[in-house]
Amino acid sequence: MKKGIATAALTAAIAGGVTGALADDTAAALEQYRQMIQDSNPAELNEMAGEELWVTPRGPKNATLEQCDLGLGPGVVEGAYAQMPRYFEDTGRVQDLESRLMTCMETLQGIPSEEIINGKFRQGERGKVADLVAYVVGQSRGAKIQVDLDHPKVKEMFELGKQAFWYRSGPMDFACATCHATDGERIRMQDLPNLTKHEGAAAAWGSWPAYRVSNSQFWTMQHRLNDCYRQQRTAEPIYGSDITIALSVYMAGMANGGTMNAPAAKR
Amino acid sequence: MNHQRRDALKAGGGLGIFGMLVAAGLVKPGSALARDQKVFDAKSIDEALAALGAGKPDVSDAITIVAPDIAENGAVVPVGVNASLDNVESISIMVEKNPYMVAANFHLSAGTVADVQTRIKMGQTSDVYAVVKADGKYYMAKKEIKVTLGGCGG
Amino acid sequence: MAGPMRIRAAAADGITEVRVLMSHPMETGQRKDGSGNVIPAHYITELVAKHNDKEVLKVEMGPSVSTNPYLSFKFKGGASGDTIEVSWKDNKGESRTDSVQIR
Repeated sequence: MKKGIATAALTAAIAGGVTGALADDTAAALEQYRQMIQDSNPAELNEMAGEELWVTPRGPKNATLEQCDLGLGPGVVEGAYAQMPRYFEDTGRVQDLESRLMTCMETLQGIPSEEIINGKFRQGERGKVADLVAYVVGQSRGAKIQVDLDHPKVKEMFELGKQAFWYRSGPMDFACATCHATDGERIRMQDLPNLTKHEGAAAAWGSWPAYRVSNSQFWTMQHRLNDCYRQQRTAEPIYGSDITIALSVYMAGMANGGTMNAPAAKR
Repeated sequence: MNHQRRDALKAGGGLGIFGMLVAAGLVKPGSALARDQKVFDAKSIDEALAALGAGKPDVSDAITIVAPDIAENGAVVPVGVNASLDNVESISIMVEKNPYMVAANFHLSAGTVADVQTRIKMGQTSDVYAVVKADGKYYMAKKEIKVTLGGCGG
Repeated sequence: MAGPMRIRAAAADGITEVRVLMSHPMETGQRKDGSGNVIPAHYITELVAKHNDKEVLKVEMGPSVSTNPYLSFKFKGGASGDTIEVSWKDNKGESRTDSVQIR
């Protein structure tokens, strides 16, 4: 009986410290759970808040973000995230969504980026950036991931990102690759996507930012990257810094052709 | 929810009994007058059933609990209950091994379909009970949901 | 003040389906913060949903409902443009009401 098999597999997986891929029935059951929690994801509350922030006059300049150019022209939000990170003429940099939002918030609204960079996740202006991220990313739902790797600056960042991915540091000598460069890798019950392959990268890049049910928090990619470094017990990167953008270019570039399905819900 | 209270709430118009009493200064706005705290304080399925006045409900296959077999994280477990019984008045969802055993009580008005969904917390693998009151009689069904806690990341 | 609820209501084949996502910590009162102090219980105790001012559902909740609660239900009737209003109260006396039109 299916239930009996699933129970046995789960018991074996927990008790025996089984490494590698989980028994098929358990994996199927977990996949069912993961699908079920996507429905009416609390991240929708962040999307609603972000949509409101986009059109609300704020900051010393008392302006909205409706003239913010995310790469497809001022104010064009739909589909913009699927093509990020990208190079921006006006700043002369390759930017991810969060650093680009900081640019817009400073230029249009007068809200200083420094405040956000020196801030904390989920608090103050950085918390507002997260809601804006939820809104903007939601507007690329179903869109094909298309990062322009032909642009020389983007290509440069892709290579930097790849190097950073393999760079070992900290007391445990970990790199992103330690967890994310092998098929079927797992930490306890957590499947770790292989980000060096298209399939893994597309699944990962396509499902962040996400609402994490385990801590009831909505996390952006910057937050996720920061926490990876924290978990490695190594230095945490500066918010919106080039290394974080480079890693995003690497992941998004590997994900090219995949589909955006974010904000998602995760355990 | 008994019929008298439902009728009285309708009679009170938009305010309901609670609102009228608050307006009259007889009840502090913070107190949850309408809630049966005994049910929510129950520490066992039998105690909750007794507090509901449900006695020993018959197990019914007319009640389906729609939920995953395994919850990757017990913080959010999607649970739905649908009952193909006539005149369903209420549906209670209980988690046997939770410190707060009764998760939610749904009180359906006439015309509301016996098909509800919510998300509950589960502290550990446990039986989840759906207790349905239909035409004054109580029925129940149960389903075991396994709970695992994920590791780092994801 | 709690953030707005996301309410979606759609009518088809004589049945209206309502889905509600609420912003609320649903704190059980069993957790401790970083300093070891208990985080006080703070959860929605009751919710009422109305269709054009007529109650269609009442839900009593306890802290076993997940943070940022989700609720979905159906009722017979309802037409595009009708009002669905959802109100909740919590154990601290806070409350919130939001409404939408059925699509």
